[in-house]
Amino acid sequence: MVTRMKILIVEDDLEAAAYLAKAFRETGIVSDHASDGESGLFMASENAYDVLVVDRMLPRRDGLSLISELRRRGVHTPALILSALGQVDDRVTGLRAGGDDYLPKPYAFSELLARVEVLGRRKGTPEQDMVYRVGDLELDRLSHSVRRQGKEIPLQPREFRLLEYLMKNAGQVVTRTMLLENVWDYHFDPQTNVIDVHVSRLRSKIEKDFDPPLLRTVRGAGYMIKDDRTPDT
Amino acid sequence: MSKVSVLFRTTAVRLSALYLILFSLCAAILVFYVTGMSERLLQQQTREAIATEALQIEGVYDRAGISGLLRSLERRARQPGASLYVIAGPSGEILAGNVASLEPGLLDSEGWTTEPFHYRRFTDESRTDSHVALAQILVLDNGLRVLVGRDLQEPEKLRGLVRQALVVALGIMVLGALVIWFGIGRNALKRIDRMSEASTKIMAGDLSQRLPMSGSGDEFDRLSESLNAMLGRIEKLNEGLKQVSDNIAHDLKTPLTRLRNKAEAALAGSGNQNAALEEIIAESDQLIRTFNALLMISRVEAGSAVAEMSDVDLSGIVADCVELYEPVAEENALRLKADIEPGVMISGNRELIGQALGNLIDNAVKYAEKADNPLIQVEMKKSDRNVVLTVADHGPGVPEGMRSEVVKRFVRLDESRSKPGTGLGLSLVEAVMEMHHGTLELAATEPEGQGLTVRMVFPPAATWRTE
Repeated sequence: MVTRMKILIVEDDLEAAAYLAKAFRETGIVSDHASDGESGLFMASENAYDVLVVDRMLPRRDGLSLISELRRRGVHTPALILSALGQVDDRVTGLRAGGDDYLPKPYAFSELLARVEVLGRRKGTPEQDMVYRVGDLELDRLSHSVRRQGKEIPLQPREFRLLEYLMKNAGQVVTRTMLLENVWDYHFDPQTNVIDVHVSRLRSKIEKDFDPPLLRTVRGAGYMIKDDRTPDT
Repeated sequence: MSKVSVLFRTTAVRLSALYLILFSLCAAILVFYVTGMSERLLQQQTREAIATEALQIEGVYDRAGISGLLRSLERRARQPGASLYVIAGPSGEILAGNVASLEPGLLDSEGWTTEPFHYRRFTDESRTDSHVALAQILVLDNGLRVLVGRDLQEPEKLRGLVRQALVVALGIMVLGALVIWFGIGRNALKRIDRMSEASTKIMAGDLSQRLPMSGSGDEFDRLSESLNAMLGRIEKLNEGLKQVSDNIAHDLKTPLTRLRNKAEAALAGSGNQNAALEEIIAESDQLIRTFNALLMISRVEAGSAVAEMSDVDLSGIVADCVELYEPVAEENALRLKADIEPGVMISGNRELIGQALGNLIDNAVKYAEKADNPLIQVEMKKSDRNVVLTVADHGPGVPEGMRSEVVKRFVRLDESRSKPGTGLGLSLVEAVMEMHHGTLELAATEPEGQGLTVRMVFPPAATWRTE
């Protein structure tokens, strides 16, 4: 890693905050901690963070108001809202307040980590890039075509979007729920392994006749597309 | 509190009392106006008659002198309904005429008497009898005074009659109003008493009680109807709440116990620690899933997601869902076939409809796994009356007697307990359908009668959106 990601955790449960800080540190992410909404607001406006992880219910100022106040002050640090309320309408209000992602409690740390990394990288992601490249795999967003080693690979529209999302976040873990949210725009729990089957179909198309494998399964977390021969970004 | 004071508190009685007061006021004004008008009119007529007669009498005096005047007056006095005639000396003493006595000083000034005066007739028996009259006084050139007047008794009598008639009519009206008033008020009071009686029972905890309805469809009935609908909703929510807490007791304690046992076993150091921890995480994930599903159902039932309803492309949602599950079906050697009518819009919540349909397809994939006929059909058809979304499989199906049971929370068929799942899938589908004013139907798959067909029946968008 060239630069270490720095995040702010705003969480009133000290035990949970300590656990998060430790877990983030182990993955190389530096974190600060604020235990109430007002000090969270102060720290987030005074320091430059890559990502804010904000609990929704906080003493002195709730998470949503913290984020909307930050946005009003022109601070656009990506924010992820953690909440014990995980229903459809709560998610909508959370995102409306200026949050960038919403994760209902209880969550798996791998899920939180994957989302924080994607949010933190978002700043540098060339959204306007028309061609994504991972190794010898090429995805042209304009012509909706995918090539590997110069050979065209025909994909279904949904498979294309799946690959597009994976390649946009190349080198990062993408969880199943993130895929369901971003590729299918659904936020429910599909119960069965629907996403896995879609991914394995996609994998067979982009890897069957080619080497090396690019799309790998990260155990207990999700998927990541990455070319091992290129150095870490 | 006396019965009357309670009665007076009813709106009907208060309103009718107000109307009664206003009406009496108007009526009183009317009485005074009508009698005043008739009086003025009659006096006018009397004055005109007197004036005409006075003119004639003056003419007679001019032509025939005093003797002619006397003769003429004598003749006039004898006619029925005659006027009053008096000839008096310059100092006011009565010389001739059909009047016994007059108010003193009446004859002093010439012209009209300023107001009605009292006089006595010869026929009056007692001295107290007196009559009221209006008169014109003429002064002749020889100083004699002639009074021509008319009795006011007839007009007075008429005025009295009009007033009496009006008063009697008013009295009847007031009496009628009071009777009706009492009847309505008492009736209203009785019905309100019955309603508060029922409410007391409800407040005491008997939510199955309903407010009484008379069936007349009046405002009381309409009120009762809305309140009853409200009670029905509360009862349902309450039942749901109770069921959830029962379910939590029964169905969440079991996996929690399992979780605890596993943690204990891991702590005791028997077997692979890492594998045990993974199992514990998997177990808690399942618990979280169950919790989320339960909360979701109660939130949908409570209607809090209704706010997030909009016009959604049902055809698109169904196509997306089929596409999402199609690879899984294939993986399980099943064929997912879709027949979707394009462009069907309804008012709904995309997320919830998607999840409900997902649950149904997921069930079909899960249970029809080893079916002889590996076909799962998803069909959406729109008619004038409704929009029907069907998921049909050829798996083991649900026996007829159990079809209403499996929709309930945590109810699973014995044969399917080994399969993964929370036992909440169909409950959520039902809650979602209810939120969309639709119904959920379970049947055997035709034509063989083998397998399960689940129909989500949505009302046509136009009819229920106006509710």
